[in-house]
Amino acid sequence: MFGLTDRTWLWFAAAFYLAAFALGTAALRRERSSTGPLYLIVAIGFLCQNIGLYIRGLAVGGCPLGNTFEIFQFTAWSAMVLYLVIGATFRLSLLGYFTSMLAATLTAGSLAIPAWDATRRVGAFGGNAWIEFHAALALFSYGVFALLALTSIMFLLRNHSLKHKHLSGSFAFLPAIRDLDLIGLRLLGAGVVLMSAALAVGSVWWVRHPETVNLSKLLTTIAVWLAYGAVLGLRVSGRLIAQRLAWSCIVLFGVALLSLWPVNSSRHTLPTARLESSR
Amino acid sequence: MSSAGPTLFLLGASHRTTPLELREKLALTEEKMAAFHGRIGTLPGLREYAVLNTCNRVEFYGVAESPEAIERLQSEFCGFQGFAPEEFARIRKHVAGPEVIHHLLEVSSGLDSQMLGENEIFGQVKSAYASAQQRGTVGPVLNRVFQKAFQAAKHVRTETAITEGQISVANVAVDLALTIFGELSAARVLLVGAGEIGEKTAKAFQSRGAGSLTVASRTLGRAMELATTFGATALPFEHVPAHLAQYDIVVCSTAAPHAVVRTDDAVAAMRKRPALPLFFIDLALPRDVEPGIAELANVFLYNLDDLAKIAEENRAARAAKVSHARTLISGKAEHLWRQVEPQCGGGVSPALVSPALKPSEQV
Repeated sequence: MFGLTDRTWLWFAAAFYLAAFALGTAALRRERSSTGPLYLIVAIGFLCQNIGLYIRGLAVGGCPLGNTFEIFQFTAWSAMVLYLVIGATFRLSLLGYFTSMLAATLTAGSLAIPAWDATRRVGAFGGNAWIEFHAALALFSYGVFALLALTSIMFLLRNHSLKHKHLSGSFAFLPAIRDLDLIGLRLLGAGVVLMSAALAVGSVWWVRHPETVNLSKLLTTIAVWLAYGAVLGLRVSGRLIAQRLAWSCIVLFGVALLSLWPVNSSRHTLPTARLESSR
Repeated sequence: MSSAGPTLFLLGASHRTTPLELREKLALTEEKMAAFHGRIGTLPGLREYAVLNTCNRVEFYGVAESPEAIERLQSEFCGFQGFAPEEFARIRKHVAGPEVIHHLLEVSSGLDSQMLGENEIFGQVKSAYASAQQRGTVGPVLNRVFQKAFQAAKHVRTETAITEGQISVANVAVDLALTIFGELSAARVLLVGAGEIGEKTAKAFQSRGAGSLTVASRTLGRAMELATTFGATALPFEHVPAHLAQYDIVVCSTAAPHAVVRTDDAVAAMRKRPALPLFFIDLALPRDVEPGIAELANVFLYNLDDLAKIAEENRAARAAKVSHARTLISGKAEHLWRQVEPQCGGGVSPALVSPALKPSEQV
């Protein structure tokens, strides 16, 4: 589009996310709110990311989830979609700041490591739309868990501010702790439902073609799913709350991100440079 | 200035020099106050006196015939409270002459409060004066000083708008509740203690849309009276620990000499509502809520000193107003001192008066 490659658009997106993060940091230092301008900059970045991923999708003839670069881009995109909806609905101040930080890290980081985009899997989804849907759902749930990790960080900061009586400065922009808990619970529930749906869709394929199943990938995915399910169960029953719940969500997201490597391993690959139509 | 004669003095301790733990020991409950009045009413050389006893200060304003009379008052007070005299000497504020007036004006205007510019103190000073009048312990000097101080404090507040957008204890409490719950429409508030501060807190919570309000007081009649005023419900005082789980915000302001809410009570309550925050605001002195409660997950505890810290964070923004108020107060204090000096300025010890306010320089 406009003669620019998919990666150029994605660089633009990363730049806008970084700009939003810088604006948020400057505003916090001046102890001022930046919600409106930050939302606008993030939205422009999101538009650029959409164009970049759209071009990449046209080039690969499907959802661009064929390598680590694409997975990180899609995870950032999922988190940003949720922020643009949740941020507007719940008016969670500072969520945009943290989301732009996460999105900037994921997008710029994945763009800065060429090896992550040097090759991509061929026939990753076996030409099956359901498997593609499964992968997209699974990664979208990772986006939800990313946002959950961010709201968990905000919960810990708010909890710290309330427990230690530091309520002025940047802490003044944090949402109420009850709001953070509620949004965290909803994100946790939504993430588990999405991941369950992803596994359900995928299992139809795996049952029919067990020879295609990568055991380490399957076990890792199920372990992450079970872990989030357990956290949700413990939260609902009131046995895992407050700081422990927040830390669990943060650590679990780190583990989930790390689990992408085994999930993304051992496939036939093709150099990305051969994607001639990616502009 | 003569070296003998009646002296206007102030003796006491406040939050400025005395931490919460020591103020708890110095605080006079209503019963103690009555008993103490009985002891000092006949103290030789003490012509006039009034006692200002609040959560943040115990201060004796008086006119003494000699420095020995002030020393006797201090000894009586320390003996009565079981407080070491040398410890009291370390934390006390003891001034004489124009500085007494200056201090009283600052106190009445809220400039010496933990919550800068708060309104409650004005009522508390009036109440202290009314009580002294009732007991007949004030005479021509203190009558004039207090009455003029009230006029001056009102003028300072109006002139400087020092109380505008001010952080009263009640409003700070409500703001904190909003930081925890986001909105108050679903919040259930329990007020433990139906005194003046409880009433103000109830008003603040109601004006900000609290979901429901319950009042508990040692005197059920008083609790019901206040509950009727606010359209709230009353709860027998002894039921408070067992019903804690039903509330989101617990505001304590009783005069109980011991903790009313214990850690075990809060632990039991949180078992019934683990994921819901429970917010304790302890406005009482001695404290009503055991400090250990603050360690529990999802439980937040703020006492008077904590609220003061929050107010402190706003202090800088009000610096200009404060500066203006202090200038006004200095002028009014000097003017008032000139009026009462002939009756009580004879025995002022130069050591107790700051150079800026030495009476000889103001006449």
